[in-house]
Amino acid sequence: MTGPTLAYTYAVARWADGLDQAVGAVTGVAGCRVHLVRATHERSLVAAVSSVPSGDFDEASLRRHLEELPWLEDVARAHHGVIEAIATHTTVLPLRLATVHLDDGRVRAVLDTRQDAFLDRLAELAGLLEWGVKLYVDAAAAPPPPSVENLSPGRAYLRHRRAEQDLRQDSYQAARTAAERIDATARLHAVDRVRHRVQLGELAPGPGTNVVNDAYLVPAEHAAAFRTDALRAADGLPGVRIAVTGPWAPYSFATLPPEEEASP
Amino acid sequence: MRAADGLPATPDAPVPQRQVALIDLLDRLLSSGVVLTGDIVLSVADIDLVRISLRALIVAISDQHPAPWAAETPQRPGRP
Repeated sequence: MTGPTLAYTYAVARWADGLDQAVGAVTGVAGCRVHLVRATHERSLVAAVSSVPSGDFDEASLRRHLEELPWLEDVARAHHGVIEAIATHTTVLPLRLATVHLDDGRVRAVLDTRQDAFLDRLAELAGLLEWGVKLYVDAAAAPPPPSVENLSPGRAYLRHRRAEQDLRQDSYQAARTAAERIDATARLHAVDRVRHRVQLGELAPGPGTNVVNDAYLVPAEHAAAFRTDALRAADGLPGVRIAVTGPWAPYSFATLPPEEEASP
Repeated sequence: MRAADGLPATPDAPVPQRQVALIDLLDRLLSSGVVLTGDIVLSVADIDLVRISLRALIVAISDQHPAPWAAETPQRPGRP
């Protein structure tokens, strides 16, 4: 690449056979190649990095670009593609979108500084997958209230309003029941949970209103059972819909202890 | 997508191959993931522009919108 570049960092991972080839085969953000940067001493600790044009990824450009949804989507999907490629080979610790360092040397310095924290968290996440579980209330999908004949328009209207309110209440009650069932499933299968904010706005898929948007960390051997049970949690509950997404790399659980603890 | 069934832990690929919804991806990429400091140019963690500019579209970073009963559910599932 010509011109000044910055180091866009996707993830930290434990090196594994085939990882270099795997990241070499995937296209990163801005169409850039992806390579691994190794920690200085702990050679099994690597970061996946692309050299990206600083004209698009320096602070001012990033701030501008992040406001453009098509740009954001391209970067998010490319970032995800790299994470998935790594996850097929080893445990991966995804970094926040748009983590950009000055150069590979700086990335290596971060790996070195937080080496133990990275290795500890990678060890904890080994063999674990993330499932997204979203709960929707969709009162329109519940059976309609029986219509009442021979009422004055005013009384019919009030009756109708009342029935709508009851239906909404019933749907929320049903959603609560579904959430309790999912909790029970999680107690059997999951080891951790993160609550994401409910999805609103134009990108939120309908139908219905999203009332729960959780991520669960599930051991691989429990993954299929967890998904099956979570999907069943809405059985017999009119007006409630469940969507399960994943399996994901453990994005929602990619955390490190605060930096203060890492230094003496 | 190269996706999900490539993950080592899902031998029977329970999820059909389809494109991940952008909003689910942004939930994860904008509000989770390790945040590194030190010589960093910019991290979404530090900025609220996404909250401002894209609120109508994604609301990935916004005030809490808890479920109506969120206070009553346990915060974490038990460990197996």
